[in-house]
Amino acid sequence: MTTVPSMAPSMAPSMAPSMAPSMAPSMAPSMVPQPYQVTARHEECPDTVTLALVPLREQIPTPRPGQFSMVYAFGVGEVPISVSGRVGTTGLLHTLRAVGAVTRALHAARPGDVLGLRGPFGTGWAVPAPERADLVIVAGGIGLAPLRPVIYHALGERGRYRSVTVLIGARSPADLLFTGEYARWTAGGIDVRVTVDRAHSGWTGHVGLVTTLFTGVVTDPGRTVAFTCGPEVMMRLSARDLADRGVPPTAIQLSLERNMRCGIALCGHCQLGPVLVCRDGPVIDYDRGEPLLSVREL
Amino acid sequence: MPVLLESLEPLVHTLRAGGYRVVGPTVSDGAVILAELGSASDLPYGWTVRTTPGGYRLRSRADRAAFAHHAGPHSWKAYLHPPRVPLWTVRREGFVVTEPDEDPPRYAFLGVRPCDLRAIAVQDRVLGASGAYARRRAAALLVAVNCTEPGPTCFCASAGGGPQAGTGADLVLTELAADNRVSYLAEACSPAGDRLLASLPGRPASAGEIERARGAVAAAAGRMGRSLPATDLRALLVERLDAARWDEVAERCLACGNCTMVCPTCFCTTVEDTSDLDGEHAGRAQRWDSCFDADFSYLHGGAVRPSIRGRYRQWLTHKLGTWHDQFGESGCVGCGRCIAWCPAGIDLTEEATALAREEAAP
Amino acid sequence: MTTTLQLLTEHPFLTGLPPRWIDRLAGSVRRIGYPAGHRIFHEGAPAEHFWLIHSGRVALDIHVPGRGDVLIETLLPGTVLGWSWLFPPYRWHFGAVAADLTHTVQFDAAGVIQLCDDDPEFGFVLMHRFMGVLIDRLQATRVRLLDLYSYPKVDS
Repeated sequence: MTTVPSMAPSMAPSMAPSMAPSMAPSMAPSMVPQPYQVTARHEECPDTVTLALVPLREQIPTPRPGQFSMVYAFGVGEVPISVSGRVGTTGLLHTLRAVGAVTRALHAARPGDVLGLRGPFGTGWAVPAPERADLVIVAGGIGLAPLRPVIYHALGERGRYRSVTVLIGARSPADLLFTGEYARWTAGGIDVRVTVDRAHSGWTGHVGLVTTLFTGVVTDPGRTVAFTCGPEVMMRLSARDLADRGVPPTAIQLSLERNMRCGIALCGHCQLGPVLVCRDGPVIDYDRGEPLLSVREL
Repeated sequence: MPVLLESLEPLVHTLRAGGYRVVGPTVSDGAVILAELGSASDLPYGWTVRTTPGGYRLRSRADRAAFAHHAGPHSWKAYLHPPRVPLWTVRREGFVVTEPDEDPPRYAFLGVRPCDLRAIAVQDRVLGASGAYARRRAAALLVAVNCTEPGPTCFCASAGGGPQAGTGADLVLTELAADNRVSYLAEACSPAGDRLLASLPGRPASAGEIERARGAVAAAAGRMGRSLPATDLRALLVERLDAARWDEVAERCLACGNCTMVCPTCFCTTVEDTSDLDGEHAGRAQRWDSCFDADFSYLHGGAVRPSIRGRYRQWLTHKLGTWHDQFGESGCVGCGRCIAWCPAGIDLTEEATALAREEAAP
Repeated sequence: MTTTLQLLTEHPFLTGLPPRWIDRLAGSVRRIGYPAGHRIFHEGAPAEHFWLIHSGRVALDIHVPGRGDVLIETLLPGTVLGWSWLFPPYRWHFGAVAADLTHTVQFDAAGVIQLCDDDPEFGFVLMHRFMGVLIDRLQATRVRLLDLYSYPKVDS
């Protein structure tokens, strides 16, 4: 059912992005993309690919977990794509889904093609989390991509946390991402649970909304730190469920998405009330996000 | 030490001789617009305007004042934050990116009203980090004109400003018009302003002239045409996101976006990516956009704000409310352009007042 | 060795009920473990029991001609299996299979209904709890209907 990613060895992620100040010089906000070449392409599922990109000239500063790049398809356009991992010292992984003209062009990119990259932009996930915390990572659909760096951070610092649980929801078994890596995560001491909305015959795993996996996951709400990413409705339900179980809203982080044209707080498109998603997000905590996400058409 | 200028002709001439392109108000097509001036005689001497919600009419005056008009359809943002800006071109081979090389034109803005001066400062805060905007801004010389005749649609005083020009200008003028004569009290506010003023023919202003000028500006503060409610608008608008008033104004608003075009602080842009037929060259340009545009908030197959109600609320709550959260101040300077140029005659001050009066939802 | 009473008291579905009511219920139960793959009930069969799941996993399915038994949901420990016994025609609307080795406490439906008839206050509280379970399942199912993980097909 799942394909072993042929590029897995070369895509071996480095240690979690260093929390030390990035070596690369800080760049003034710019609208000029840097050329990055596709060195590997892995199809996660029919409409989703992970591209490995390495800089041809200048390298953008090292992204922190949760940050995104503005990725440019020559002559077509640019879209915000989360960084899903790192390759070697300069390479970046971006996992994207073909839903429009630009992402279809990016989805079709092959090794050797050159794309444009600007970034990294936005707030990242709050890692490292406090020592002895229980990490709960809730991913829906392609939301697993921006959470992948958190998973690798936890793998690299497993001893720091009391427990690490990853709950993954997808439309169907064929739509699961990074399936070739689950065994590695489990071997590293991470509790990985998967559920799908609809199953095919032969699926022996869970079927149901991702929130149905929460049973027994939160044993000590005071030490739980949660990260969730996926469709907005799914994030809100997950966050509310966790909050109902006693997890403080400030300890629940969400990754927002809004229309972006510049990524550098100059174009005004990505506003959610007071929040500029490219600058004050995409990661915000549920305490701040709940009153904003609950207003229709905000 | 205020100087009295009997004419602005030497000022315009000196600026042009110094390599500046002088931009100022002039009459064209039934309105007072901003355009490049060849000489001071291009200024709208003897013209004023009569504004109402949804109305703007040119009127002639009894005196020869050149700056006694307000709420024109243009603002200085067309020069500092142009409607269309090429960003770069790129050649596929080698991915060679080329940015436009030219230095920005050196503009001298003649006749910046205090509200517009504040608007420029507001945009400085939003766009200042952009290299291109910062270069244009640094190259500009600002000659402000204090306001002595506010209009029915003006409300700068309640928007945190006033008829007296604040900081940011190089030179500040106050117009003294009586019968057929018009003269200007001039004060320098920067080294560039000092140099400019020193090169112009003029004499020290008399105490009487100074008093007349100060008095006219002070009196203007009390003659505003309307006002915003005196309340914490940022906090108020957070509480009123589900107010019934939004439904009411949505029935009148056409989402035409005129307000965003004439507003001197509205800054939203979008990008246009283009490519040559041969696929070897591509480019990107930035152009003005409006939150009233149906696709502005497009996400995953549809707009987050498909209704006019949602879009009008976004515009007003941003301008008067969340601008504080994002940029540390209000986005509105009280110039009143949005009121005059709204085809439906929607008045932002009236809407804010109605929202303040409506009981908070339980 | 956990007693039946302990299992009942600790199960989330019954947590908080007065001990005397739990005692009453204990008279209508027995503990059953199902090996992985064992079909607990068939769609259409008489619905005469309900279960509290303590460990393991139960898969709910419906038979669709041409598609076989389609898996619609899995139930985890801490939840309740079966409510078709509450209303006519008192037959299962779906089937249930133990996906893993599953330990349960099985309730005799007729016995529980009698208890509710005898003590309406007890009956109200129990029905209220079933309502809570049903509402959660309905909401979750409705959200799945939204098909959130799919994006609409868009033209450029």
